[in-house]
Amino acid sequence: MTSNGVLQIALYFLAVLAIAKPMGAYMARVFAGERTFAHPLLRPLEKGLYRLVGVTEDTEQRWTAYAGSLLSFSFFSFLFVYLLQRMQAALPLNPQKLSSATPDLAFNTAVSFTTNTNWQAYAGETTMSYLVQMSALTVQNFASAAAGVAIAIALIRGLARQQEKTIGNFWVDLTRAVVYLFLPLSLAGALFFCSQGVIQTFSGYTTATTVEGKEQVIAQGPVASQEAIKMVGTNGGGFFNANSAHPFENPTPLTNFVQMLMIFLIPAGLTYTFGRMVGDQRQGWALFAAMSILFLAGVFVIYAAEQSGNPNLTRLGLAAADGNWEGKETRFGIATTSLFAAITTAASCGAVIGMHDSFTPLGGLATLFNMQSGEVIFGGAGAGLYGMLLFAILAVFIAGLMVGRTPEYLGKKIEGKEVKMAMLALIATSAAILLFTGASSVVSFSKDSYWNAGYGPATGNLNNAGPHGFAEVLYAYSSAAGNNGSAFAGLSANTPWYNLTLGVAMLVGRFLIIIPMLAVAGSLAGKKRLAVTTGTLPTHGPLFVGLLVGTVIIIGALTFFPALSLSPVVEHFLMQQGGRF
Amino acid sequence: MWNQLLPGFRMTLALTVLTGMIYPGVVTALCQTLFSAQANGSLIVRNGRVVGSALIGQSFARPEYFHPRPSAAGIDGYDAASSGGSNLGPTSQKLMDRVKATVAKLQAQNPSHQGEWPADLATASASGLDPHISPAAARMQVERVARSRSVSIEQVKEMLVRFTESRDLGFLGEPRVNVLLLNLELDRVLPTK
Repeated sequence: MTSNGVLQIALYFLAVLAIAKPMGAYMARVFAGERTFAHPLLRPLEKGLYRLVGVTEDTEQRWTAYAGSLLSFSFFSFLFVYLLQRMQAALPLNPQKLSSATPDLAFNTAVSFTTNTNWQAYAGETTMSYLVQMSALTVQNFASAAAGVAIAIALIRGLARQQEKTIGNFWVDLTRAVVYLFLPLSLAGALFFCSQGVIQTFSGYTTATTVEGKEQVIAQGPVASQEAIKMVGTNGGGFFNANSAHPFENPTPLTNFVQMLMIFLIPAGLTYTFGRMVGDQRQGWALFAAMSILFLAGVFVIYAAEQSGNPNLTRLGLAAADGNWEGKETRFGIATTSLFAAITTAASCGAVIGMHDSFTPLGGLATLFNMQSGEVIFGGAGAGLYGMLLFAILAVFIAGLMVGRTPEYLGKKIEGKEVKMAMLALIATSAAILLFTGASSVVSFSKDSYWNAGYGPATGNLNNAGPHGFAEVLYAYSSAAGNNGSAFAGLSANTPWYNLTLGVAMLVGRFLIIIPMLAVAGSLAGKKRLAVTTGTLPTHGPLFVGLLVGTVIIIGALTFFPALSLSPVVEHFLMQQGGRF
Repeated sequence: MWNQLLPGFRMTLALTVLTGMIYPGVVTALCQTLFSAQANGSLIVRNGRVVGSALIGQSFARPEYFHPRPSAAGIDGYDAASSGGSNLGPTSQKLMDRVKATVAKLQAQNPSHQGEWPADLATASASGLDPHISPAAARMQVERVARSRSVSIEQVKEMLVRFTESRDLGFLGEPRVNVLLLNLELDRVLPTK
């Protein structure tokens, strides 16, 4: 590790710390319907959307209606994205004359973008027209992120209110998230990115004649507009196959720094919003602290592993001090790429500036852990907060078991229903990862079958052999169920088997967390707040932070330890001994 | 049922128009007006022809040019319509074979080089379109370039120093050299005889 690398990581973290409060305070005002400095400009747009959609601003919903609205919205979102892809060839803004997506790919991509996963079984520049990128995928970058934030706000309301039946109005929360957060932030971000070199055009691809006289076709497109919302909405679906490693998506270390800040902007801010809304700022900082500890641990594991490099390559004559450069960009280097990898997997963003498949085993292990622990280390826009609150419920439950007291969180009794819902969410996502990984490791098709045409067995789609090959499959389902979207991209996942199973994993990872968490919100909203006594476990101090971090690590570690031992852990030792496959 | 489905349909439609048409349309109009060169790909035109983009790497094989990193984009590398990395893992035999071949080629092209090779010059980038190499990887090629152009090593070195970009804001990313821009400048100032 270099001092400059450490300085970069430290300054990034300080920047996140600095933006959490203003962003969080602004969001608290927006979702309470209070006036902000943005209202003179944006309030008419907000009211216009209510009128168009037919929403009465001041009606509230019970949790069941709130969940129903979310499902209805997600269903139509899915349908739009699916149909636009299927009709791509017949629609305008398709200068490269790309054909329509196959049904399984269209299903996978539609699920992927409506669940804020942005897993991409396709390569953008060779598969999706400008129209689909804009009017299907960019839209869902906004919509799925805004829906995630809405759910988080609803859950906070459940904790903050007492003896009430309702938790807010989904359509209002969704509209406010789009109008006051994502649109202005994306507009500013897009203009900044373009000023630094990110492209934004509807023209077709450019054909250049290189200095040595070869032909080079350069992909074009409306990239900046998608790039900005891709980061601030923690979506992560790249316009191009190489995602944020592509110079047209992320041309300089400066644009990269802004992209990294945009990923954590809303998740970090929401911890402050949470404190503000429940009336105790320390509660928000406790969540922020727990997330920070887990995040920084991940950053330094990846950085140390990548900097120490690959002994297999140094033996061939590459400079040992340089570190592991396969799959990394020169302008970013080891430190920046490691930092970005930790951010993108912690925040369920899934954008990449380096290829995780080519990381060292321990670097890859940390990215896997970040996703498998449930995307709660800051996590996705909204999703990170409601995920971390799920762990907070489990943490107080475990603490309650240890001392034999009914657990409480923020003065609300945590009873059977809440714990069952939290466990349902946890077991469903873990099961989706492990069962599908297991199935893909053994399932076999004939080479000419529809399900995995051209590959035969599901392990035929791997780009690497040995333990690393298994890690490619494990990473894919972890990414899908965590709604992350990054990949060990060597896996050729664009076949019906992978498109459908990964699609199901994404649906489980999204809705089997959201619906139980909304049920918890509804249940908690109806409860009375208990007075703090000497027997109450304070949930704002270091003790609780430690307990929360421990819960995340233990549950993640126990669930996935066997699978991780079979892949990155064993690969690490094999690599040290010069193993190759 | 209808009171849920109807707003769902209308909201999806409204957001498609707002964030899927108006927003990218406004961004395009603003970018094309304010930052037209960047918005269109930072293209470089020489003698009326586009020779590439300042942000996108391209392949160089002749000895009088600085060479870029290996590329996994497309079939022959540096295919700017098919970006991507090799996705080969740390224990991949294919990766070892490829690096071994690259090192052998580097050795043949730069026989005077002693010791370890800069790691970036023998590994493929993430995008396959990396326009840069590290300063160490460029320094290693100075002698070959100078000899092929029959100019002094000092002249090439001096130009390399001028084309070495430092970290953004002094601490972000890594120092680097843009291969295409450097080679174009070489052709302009020190043309091959």
